[in-house]
Amino acid sequence: MTGSDDATPVGPAQNSSSSSGPRRERALEDSGILSDSAPPAIDVKSLSKRYGENEAVKGVSFKVARGEVFAFLGPNGAGKTTTIRMLCTLTRPTSGSATVDGFDVFRQPTAVRRRIGLVFQEPTLDQQLTAEENLQFHAVLYRVPRHQVEERIDRVLRLVDLGERRKDLVSTFSGGMARRLEIARGMLHTPAVLFLDEPTIGLDPQTRALMWEDVLRLRSEEGVTIFLTTHYMDEAEYADRIAIIDNGSIVALDSPDELKKMVGSDTVELSTADDKLAGSNLEQAGYKVSVGEQSVVAFVENGEEQVTAIISTAGVPIRSVKVHRPDLDDVFLHFTGREIREGHAERSFPMHFRSFRR
Amino acid sequence: MATANISVGATRLTDERNRLGYELRTIQMVWHREIIRFVRTRTRILSSFVQPILFLFVLGYGMTTLVGTTGGFDFKKFVFPGIVSMTVVTTAIFSAISIVWDREFGFLREMLVAPVSRSALVLGKALGGSTIATVQGTIMLVLAPLIGVHLTVLLVVEVILLEALMAFGLTTFGVFVASRIQKMEGFQVVMQLVLFPMIFLSGALFPLDGLPSWLAFITRINPLTYAVDPLRHVVFAVQNMPPAAAARFATGVTIFGYLLPLWGEILIVVAFALVFLALAIRGFGKPD
Repeated sequence: MTGSDDATPVGPAQNSSSSSGPRRERALEDSGILSDSAPPAIDVKSLSKRYGENEAVKGVSFKVARGEVFAFLGPNGAGKTTTIRMLCTLTRPTSGSATVDGFDVFRQPTAVRRRIGLVFQEPTLDQQLTAEENLQFHAVLYRVPRHQVEERIDRVLRLVDLGERRKDLVSTFSGGMARRLEIARGMLHTPAVLFLDEPTIGLDPQTRALMWEDVLRLRSEEGVTIFLTTHYMDEAEYADRIAIIDNGSIVALDSPDELKKMVGSDTVELSTADDKLAGSNLEQAGYKVSVGEQSVVAFVENGEEQVTAIISTAGVPIRSVKVHRPDLDDVFLHFTGREIREGHAERSFPMHFRSFRR
Repeated sequence: MATANISVGATRLTDERNRLGYELRTIQMVWHREIIRFVRTRTRILSSFVQPILFLFVLGYGMTTLVGTTGGFDFKKFVFPGIVSMTVVTTAIFSAISIVWDREFGFLREMLVAPVSRSALVLGKALGGSTIATVQGTIMLVLAPLIGVHLTVLLVVEVILLEALMAFGLTTFGVFVASRIQKMEGFQVVMQLVLFPMIFLSGALFPLDGLPSWLAFITRINPLTYAVDPLRHVVFAVQNMPPAAAARFATGVTIFGYLLPLWGEILIVVAFALVFLALAIRGFGKPD
């Protein structure tokens, strides 16, 4: 619908998508998550939240398996933060139910809070304390047994590579270091689920990548389930599964690869000396193609592998080749009919210029 | 069956005992943080002395020339316990400010989302602020010899206890106020409208008898009055006061002509502290 005049060099591939509804549900069941015998890390049933007239979350349901990295992807105001707040017992749901690590967020909020780690959008460190002191404080609040405190502090600081800054005041930390310290702190009491609300907001790309390394290391070494929200498309690709949320409803839920498959095939876009000839050559060879004014586009399952074959099949001099695999931008556009980022201008902004919400 | 029941009961008992232990640990930790932060901000320590010392010398020397010396007991000595009180009160209130800072810098959230009781957080905060205020007030005692106020060991102990009570009352009051305030500016407004009038109308800086009745009334409903007077009372008790001076700078608060006993004043302060402790706990950490 809107946003088809995408500024990035994308072929006209994604409008050729097939019906995706049944496939989506089947993929969810096939993922094996629904049949797990132990209680899932997170189990949400028609959870909704209404603020007066405005229904911020409209009866969402999903399950998150233990050890999974699960991303909530959606634009600002889609209901991500409200959902995370309900799961963390900070906001009371209007209706529906949810359990975290088997405990009901409605009836057992304290039990839930002991089992979760929380990293908010806004920093919540004491700048006047050292990294170690912040962690010690947290250890007491979350009842880490006294004899384990030292060991845990060592470990979580090492996990986020801040071991050497242990005795430094947090006020001397960069934004990225502070965020990583917060993640370490969220892990200190060995939570079952770590909630990260827009964990990379305001960080530059290198720091974001570093933070993601930390998060994935936590998952592999501590076995923690990670639930995060983001409105950065590229970031959601780190997740095992992604729920795309828009206007308070989940519009799609699957692994990044599956989501991309639903959106459409890869495209190989050729700009040649004779596009018409190239197009007919490719068509005769059995490729699905579309000939445009400036280029010819072939739709294939695996663009990277097929690209040499396509070039030789085209049989004409080639000026340029573009291989495009649908990314999450395309996925979001596909499921919501909108681009996740409002307006193209913002796209060129460096990350740290993005304003904080609220 | 029976053994199972016993072990369940025992577990519950240890749980309960642990619960108390964890609450105490939380209180201790919040207290400890206040102390760390205080020790780390040296400017704050210094600045909290400047104002009372200024008052002591400006008011003390300035007023002494005006009021004159009554039987060798000058106004400086009169105002000294009041200045000590003032140090305690301002330090206590300003340590409660840190809640507003904690809110601005987000750390309040770290505390509020944790699975701990609000009582433990408020108690830790109040005890931390009280400790700092008591220490500050006690340090002021080094000025005593300079202006000719005699100190005894017992007096210092009495002063410390009274300071601690006063500090606790004022910190709980400060925590209550701060937990209702979202912005730093708001706290400053409240302090201008509440803290300074409270200090000025408490008898800290001038004798309370012989005031016009409307002013007398205000000083009598000011809880700080009942915290300052006992402090002055114990200090004066060990001074060598000529009868004329004792009459001029009488201690004790009269209500409807009835002289309130010392324990009555202390009881009022205790009640004040408990009421605001309860209110602070109730008001603390309402979801943002």
